[in-house]
Amino acid sequence: MQEIWFFLQLVIQGLAVGSVYALVALGFVLIYKASSVINFAQGELLMVGAYVCLALLTTYQVPFWAGFLLTMAFSVILALFIERLVLRPMIGEPVISIIMITIGLSLVLKSVVAAIWGTQIKVFPGIFPQTPVKMGEIVMSQVYIYTFLASMVFLILFALFFKYSRMGIAMRATANSNQVALSMGISVKKVFAISWCVAAVVSAVGGILIGNINGVNSTLAGVGLKVFPAVILGGLDSIPGAVLGGLIIGILENLSGGYLDQFFGGGVKEVAPFVVLVIILMIKPYGLFGTEEIERV
Amino acid sequence: MSLQQSGIFHETYKEDMAIFQTPFIKFWMSIFFLLLLIFPWICRPLNAALNTNTLYLMNIIGIYIIGAHGLNILTGFTGQISLGHGAFMGVGAYASAILTVKAGIPFWIALPLAGLITALVGMVFGIPSLRLKGLYLAIATMAAQFIIGYAMRNWSGLTGGSTGLVVSSPKFFGIDLGTDRAYYYLVYTLVIAATLYTKNLTRTRPGRAFVAIRDRYLAAEVIGVNVWFYRILSFGISSFLVGIAGSLWAHYVLVVNDEAFGIWLSVQYLAMIIIGGMGSVLGAIYGAVFMTLLPILLRIPEHALTQVYPGVFAIFQSMTEGVFGLIIILFLIFEPDGLAARWHTVKNYWKLWPFSY
Repeated sequence: MQEIWFFLQLVIQGLAVGSVYALVALGFVLIYKASSVINFAQGELLMVGAYVCLALLTTYQVPFWAGFLLTMAFSVILALFIERLVLRPMIGEPVISIIMITIGLSLVLKSVVAAIWGTQIKVFPGIFPQTPVKMGEIVMSQVYIYTFLASMVFLILFALFFKYSRMGIAMRATANSNQVALSMGISVKKVFAISWCVAAVVSAVGGILIGNINGVNSTLAGVGLKVFPAVILGGLDSIPGAVLGGLIIGILENLSGGYLDQFFGGGVKEVAPFVVLVIILMIKPYGLFGTEEIERV
Repeated sequence: MSLQQSGIFHETYKEDMAIFQTPFIKFWMSIFFLLLLIFPWICRPLNAALNTNTLYLMNIIGIYIIGAHGLNILTGFTGQISLGHGAFMGVGAYASAILTVKAGIPFWIALPLAGLITALVGMVFGIPSLRLKGLYLAIATMAAQFIIGYAMRNWSGLTGGSTGLVVSSPKFFGIDLGTDRAYYYLVYTLVIAATLYTKNLTRTRPGRAFVAIRDRYLAAEVIGVNVWFYRILSFGISSFLVGIAGSLWAHYVLVVNDEAFGIWLSVQYLAMIIIGGMGSVLGAIYGAVFMTLLPILLRIPEHALTQVYPGVFAIFQSMTEGVFGLIIILFLIFEPDGLAARWHTVKNYWKLWPFSY
C-alpha cells in the first residue's frame, strides 16, 4: 500500500512540474511553428520573468496581482525587442546560425540577470498558501496543486485564443505557410513578433510557478532545456503534442528520480528526460503528433 | 618580397594543388613557422609586457585549435551541427587520464587511444544523424552532452566522481613534458599535423563527399555518395581530433574534472568556428585564438575599472559570458562568414590599393 502512495505522490508532483513544462513548451512550439526558429533562450526568458516578478514583489513591495501583470508587460516588451533586433535579421539564414544566435541570446540574458541580481538562490514570498495538504497518504505542498491549476488555466486560455480570436487564427495560418498567409493579407512580421510575445509571457508564468516550488536562481534556465525532450516527444510542430509531452516528461523525470536514484547515485532526474529524448529521436524522430518531413527528389 | 606577381600562372597540376602557392606566401609562412619554433625562447619580454604566462596561453590556444579543427570538419564541412563536442573533449580527457593513471599505459599510447575511444563515442552519438538533420541533430547532440556529463559525474568508480582524476605530468620516451616549453613543442607538432590533415582532407574523396553532403545531401546521394557512411565517418574524424585535444588538455592541466566539459565548452567550440568562419581551415585557427584571448582582453578594462569602482568586479565576472554571447550575435548578424572572410576582404582590398577599381 505504502508503495502505491509513493508512486501516486511522484506522479502528482510530476504532473505539476510537467504542467509548467507544458506551458513553456507551448511557447517554444509557437515560435518554431511560426518562424522555424528553435529557441535555446526559452529557459532564460523564464528566468528573467521569475526574477522580474520577484524583484517587484520583494524590492518594490508591489501586490502580487500588479506584480504579475507588470511582469507580463515586461516580458512582452522584452520579446518585442529580441524579435526585432536579434531574430528579424536572421530570417532565411541557415539552421546553425539561428541556433547559435539564440544560444548567444541566452548567454547575454543570463549574464545580465546575474549582473543585476547575483547568483544566490532567492525565495518567493508566500504567494500560495503554505500549509501542506493531505490526500489519503500523500502529504505535499499546496504549491504543486496551484501550479497545476494555474498552468491549466493558461493552457486553456491559449487554446481558446488560437481557436477563436482573429490573431490566433492568423498565427495558425502563418504557421501553416508563411507565403499563403502573406498573400491572404496577414502581416507575417506581426505574427512573428506576437509569437515571441506569447512565448515570453508563458515562459514568465512558468518561471513564476517553478520559482515558487524551487526558489529562484540561475538554474531556473535549465527548465528551458527540459522543454526539448517535451517538444520532441510531442512533435516539434504540434501544440497539443507539446502540452502532452510536457506532462509526460514531468511525470517521467519524477518517477525516474524517485525509483532510480538509489541505483545511480542521485541526479537521475536531470538526465532521464535526455535519455528519453535520444530514444525518441532514434525510433520516432517526429514524435507523437509532429508532421513528418517528406523529401522528394 | 613585398611586390607580388600580377597573377598566378600555374603550369602543372602539382603547382595548382600546392598549399603554399606563391613565393610571397612561402616566404611569410617560413618566417611564421620560424617564429613559432623559437617562440618559447622569446616569450619572456612578452610575458612581462602582458603580465600573463603567454606560453601557457599558446598551449591552450593550440589545444583549442585541434578541437576546433575537429568540430569544423563536422559542422563546417559536413554540415552536421554538434552541441556535444564539449562532452566529447571530456571523453578524450577522461579516457587518457584513466588509461595512464589506472591502467598504467604510457602517455604516447594513451594519446591516440583516447582519440580512438572518443571517435567511437562520437560515432555512436552520430548514429541518429542517419535519420536526423539540422535542428533535430543539434538537439540529439545536446542530449549526448548531458548524458555524457552525467556519466562523468556519477560513474565514480571510473571517473572519480565530482572530485575528478589527478594526472601526473607525461613523459615521452624519457623526455619530461612537464614544463610549458616542452609541452609547447608537443602541442604545436600536433597542431601543425592536425591543420595539414584537415587541409588535405578537404582535397580528398571523403572531404569532397563531406562538402557534397553539406551542400545538398539528396543530390550527393543521387551521384553515388554513401551519405550514411560519410556522415558517421565525419563524426568519427571530428571526435578523434576533439579527443586528442581532450587528452592533451588532461595532461597539461593535470586535473580532469567534469565541470570543464559542460555545454558551455560545446558552445565555445561552436562560437570558435562561427567567429572564425565555418568551413575554413584558417577560420578554425582564428576562432580558437580569438575565443581564448577574449577573456584575457576583457580583463584589461575590468582591472582598470576595479581600481576606480571596487564594486564593478562582481559585475564583470558575470559579464564575460554575456560578452561572448553578444559577440556571437553580432558576428552572426554582421559577418556570418567569420574572421576568415573578413581577412580575405581586407587582403583583397589592399592587394590592388590604391587602384582597386
